[in-house]
Amino acid sequence: MRANCWIGKNQVNVETVPDPQILNHHDAIIRITSTAICGSDLHLYGGFVPTVESGDILGHEFMGEVVETGRDVQKVKKGDRVVTAFPIACGVCFPCRSKMFACCENSNPNAGIAEAMLGHPIAGVFGYSHMLGGFAGGQAEYARVPFADVGTIKIPEEMPDEKVLFLSDIFPTGYMGAEMCDIEPGDTIAVWGAGPVGLFAMKSAYLLGAERVIAIDRLRYRLDMAVQRAGAIPINYEETSVLETLKEMTGGRGPDKCIDAVGMEADGHGLLYAYDRAKQALMMETDRPIALREAIMACRNGGTVSVIGVYAGFIDKFPMGSLMNRSLTIKTGQCHVQRYMKPLLDRISNGEIDPSMVITHTMPLEDAPQGYAMFKAKEDNCEKVVLKPL
Amino acid sequence: MAIKHMQHRSGGASRDRSTTGRLTKGLGWFSIGLGLAEVVAPGAVAALIGVPNDTKQRTLLRIYGLRELGAGVGILIQPRPAGWLWARVAGDAVDLWSLASAMGSRRNGRARLSMAIVSVAGVTAADVYCAQELSGGLPGMQPGPARLVRTIIVDRPAEEAYRFWHDFQNLPKFMTYLDSVRYTADRRTHWVANGPGGARIEWDAEIVLDDPNRMIAWRSVEGSTFEHSGSVRFERAPGDRGTLVRVEMDYSATRTAAALGKILQMDIGQRIAHDLRNFKQMLEIGEVTQSDASIHTGMHPARPDAVEQEPVYQH
Repeated sequence: MRANCWIGKNQVNVETVPDPQILNHHDAIIRITSTAICGSDLHLYGGFVPTVESGDILGHEFMGEVVETGRDVQKVKKGDRVVTAFPIACGVCFPCRSKMFACCENSNPNAGIAEAMLGHPIAGVFGYSHMLGGFAGGQAEYARVPFADVGTIKIPEEMPDEKVLFLSDIFPTGYMGAEMCDIEPGDTIAVWGAGPVGLFAMKSAYLLGAERVIAIDRLRYRLDMAVQRAGAIPINYEETSVLETLKEMTGGRGPDKCIDAVGMEADGHGLLYAYDRAKQALMMETDRPIALREAIMACRNGGTVSVIGVYAGFIDKFPMGSLMNRSLTIKTGQCHVQRYMKPLLDRISNGEIDPSMVITHTMPLEDAPQGYAMFKAKEDNCEKVVLKPL
Repeated sequence: MAIKHMQHRSGGASRDRSTTGRLTKGLGWFSIGLGLAEVVAPGAVAALIGVPNDTKQRTLLRIYGLRELGAGVGILIQPRPAGWLWARVAGDAVDLWSLASAMGSRRNGRARLSMAIVSVAGVTAADVYCAQELSGGLPGMQPGPARLVRTIIVDRPAEEAYRFWHDFQNLPKFMTYLDSVRYTADRRTHWVANGPGGARIEWDAEIVLDDPNRMIAWRSVEGSTFEHSGSVRFERAPGDRGTLVRVEMDYSATRTAAALGKILQMDIGQRIAHDLRNFKQMLEIGEVTQSDASIHTGMHPARPDAVEQEPVYQH
């Protein structure tokens, strides 16, 4: 089969590789009809994530038709059309039963590596480094899906791929970002990052009862999308001071809740950004927490900062004093997608949201390298790239 | 794929309580003592060992004294001071040569010189032994006997966990480097482990304690290639959240360190933790979760392989 593989820093290549096989009795094999490039794939692409090997198949947002099932698969059948969740979860361990699927204790064969880097192991993830299991990803024609009964959701015939594909990752992630805010009626929510996850966070914040949602980014086209597709109020951090503008809009109090949908590769300007970049170059700081720092400083007293942007290692100059003295809450996590697939599919079915709104480019799987380069450079107003295996 | 070795916390040689460790520590203090004596009272030392108490000898002894102090400090500070011990051996060689040369001159006290030579030879033997012991082994493997504890919580009753472990046919299912474990007598088992490149170790063990649903303890038979003793306990996890499985192991692996390293593929503490995770998966989901990379020993990209795989492949 053809598959998009990581070759090196800023280099991916579509290669011919063997088809996947059933390796565990709970597996299913999917013939992929649609797959996408994620913002967190860019962290892999840019060489920010350790334990990636040349030849690894990337991709964790995918859907398609079940073509084979293992002996112990009960709910999913050959011929079913399904979307797959990006975290791999057994469904029966203590964290899975608490619905913390991204913390599954049984799905990462390389748990020891994750433990060495993070302190404790976490669930395996498709196509996202050997630390997270060394699973082949879904930017390919076929994928092996472990724990298929737990990690997939069946899709009705009449819904096109584009409407449901993002149940795999970005829609639940944005939704969880908004949900972690514990939104109350009348709340003002500020979202850092107008990428696809940010857009879903904004839309979800409105669905969950926010009165005002503010989008913070530097790219005009992304802020336009936030206004048009998510109904947000835009702030361009290269044109105005974010903290001052937020204070003006909230009578000095600050937004009630803040969502960091940017993560470790934050852009910024000024002295602190230069500091972070220098420390990264000297390998003394692995992540750049610019958006996170700002979100904390901006948040009103007693508010919540919800972090769904991806981080990998350690950050510097964390405003702990501001957090502690002003009674802030931080909530964070990799999205427990399995928890959200059904309720969010329902919201799509009754027309509350059309997730295809984030798609700007569709191309054949063969063009994945161009897709990555364009997405990374934010060219051609690129917001979300969907790949189609032929 | 790179696996970081977890260095167990260890202070200087003074923290290592094994025989080698104690001897090494003794040599460190001996060096300090001797060095101080040579630097502070070279005349007395010269008289003691049977060489003339003149300026030249005293200066020479002071220089040797500084060397001894350096070696002593190095040995006591470093966790695995193999290099400093080899330095001591080199110093011993110089000492022996000096003493032997001094025997040639009639001015010197031969009886005392002989005693000095014998003493230094004895110390040299101790230095060589410790240097060799500390030069062997793998990162994470203590040179002498060492103890490990690893635990995991399994969401099953203690009876079920005990029963699964007790049936030794099940052990290769979660200790994937084991080829077989067979009973050879009532409480005796024969173990075969192998790894890539034809690495293979076999040993015999006997069960020393079998407390149903609570604990199993075993020990390798006298003269085994892999000397160790271990136990596994099955306790109630706090909050009734299943069973806390606790493995303790004492081992002394210098002789088989290289072969064991190849077979285990990681340091022994990491391997026990890995085995416990596999054990948990066998009980909670009935199989060990694999990925396209993990089914292979050593590095392999995260992509399918052409070779036909048996479900739940074990290497």
